[in-house]
Amino acid sequence: MKVYVPSPLSSYTQEATTVDATGGTVAELLEDLDRRYPGIRFRIISEQDQIRRHIRIFVNREQVRSLAVRLRPADEVMIVGALSGG
Amino acid sequence: MKRSRATSRLRLLIATRKGLFQLHAGPGRRSWRLSGPEFLGHTAHHCVLDPRDRRTLLLAARTGHLGPTVFRSLDFGKTWQEARRPPAFAKAEAAEDKREVDHVFWLTPGHASEPGVWYAGTSPQGIFRSEDGGVTWEGVAGFNDNPMRRKWTGGPEDGTPDGPKMHSLLVDPRDARHLYVGMSSGGVFESRDQGKSWQPLNQGCRADFLPDPFPDYGHDPHCVRLHPLAPDRLYQQNHCGIYRMDRPEGRWVRIGEAMPKNIGDIGFPIVLHPRDPDTLWVFPMDGGTVWPRVSPGGKPAAYVSRSAGRSWQRLDRGLPRAQAWWTVKRQAMCSDTGEPLGIYFGTTSGEIWAGANEGKQFTCIARHLPEVYAVEAAET
Repeated sequence: MKVYVPSPLSSYTQEATTVDATGGTVAELLEDLDRRYPGIRFRIISEQDQIRRHIRIFVNREQVRSLAVRLRPADEVMIVGALSGG
Repeated sequence: MKRSRATSRLRLLIATRKGLFQLHAGPGRRSWRLSGPEFLGHTAHHCVLDPRDRRTLLLAARTGHLGPTVFRSLDFGKTWQEARRPPAFAKAEAAEDKREVDHVFWLTPGHASEPGVWYAGTSPQGIFRSEDGGVTWEGVAGFNDNPMRRKWTGGPEDGTPDGPKMHSLLVDPRDARHLYVGMSSGGVFESRDQGKSWQPLNQGCRADFLPDPFPDYGHDPHCVRLHPLAPDRLYQQNHCGIYRMDRPEGRWVRIGEAMPKNIGDIGFPIVLHPRDPDTLWVFPMDGGTVWPRVSPGGKPAAYVSRSAGRSWQRLDRGLPRAQAWWTVKRQAMCSDTGEPLGIYFGTTSGEIWAGANEGKQFTCIARHLPEVYAVEAAET
């Protein structure tokens, strides 16, 4: 499925802002992204499997807060760098 | 230890709130060339050269959005790679055990006999060890999982304003198993078994922000240093003064009592002379009333002691005479190993100052940088 990557993570994706990845859940999708772009997951998700404070994940433009949310191949996932101060 | 100015090359590795900069010394260290920024927009907490190979750099960094990491350079900063497994706490089930590394704060190369070994201190307080030059990191379970850890460190609310910190990871040059750390908050701790067990080492040191001013732990050391040639001597700049310890007695003596009363003995950094265990430098700040954390009276100065803290001398030649309201953070002051050596510091207002001839004359060698978090001398 199509995944939109924010500019703070573009160094992992060779500057691509849209990449492909697969997974039946958000957690699986992030694991697949990390296989393709090593190191990217830990910058987004903490060691306690929490979405980091200034990162937002949207599935079909709806914000998700759990990595257990199920995904379908046609879904569109956006990873967004939210407001994070000066 | 002494390095000839004629043959050695010096860079200052400057970690700032907005990235990494480097100052390259010219002949005689009389001129400087600024390079960078690298990692622009990353919060760079510490950048350190590996003294065992003099080409590997490690950088602790994070950004406003992304989690913490460590970058490595094997060619003295020409190219960088990210750690494959950055420092991270173990995954936990119980809510009270769910700790997340907010940032890597301190980096220390391991013992000379252990090439590739590094230690990292994090916020909140955790110790991590790498055995492959910083590619992968493992928690030091003897501290991170110690049943006393919560009591030693307090909670997130007990730390410094931008998070409680593990810092001042020190390795005894005589014994790779003998480690010291400083924690804000928590105090100074020691391990003699390479981190498997830890004991507080705070006797004699005040903690005047606690009901018992002389507790076993819970102190706030700002920076702890061990003398490389006399490893039984430690110094610390603490929230509650400047202290010296001579082992094996293991009791801190408040040497800041000899500082001028109108200046006091509060500050962040402390720098030791690499060849003289009796000589050290501090950079006092205003720790009165509401803790302004600026140079006392707006008149910055370093102070040097050449008598192990029994007396102090003000060093302010070349520094602003008034209306300079900055200070120097705990990692932002260092020396080189020249003869005579140079003292360097970075300010919260983004200036870098060089103190030639052991601090007798200061010159501003860079300005308009972001807030400076750390300055390390890298000599090759």
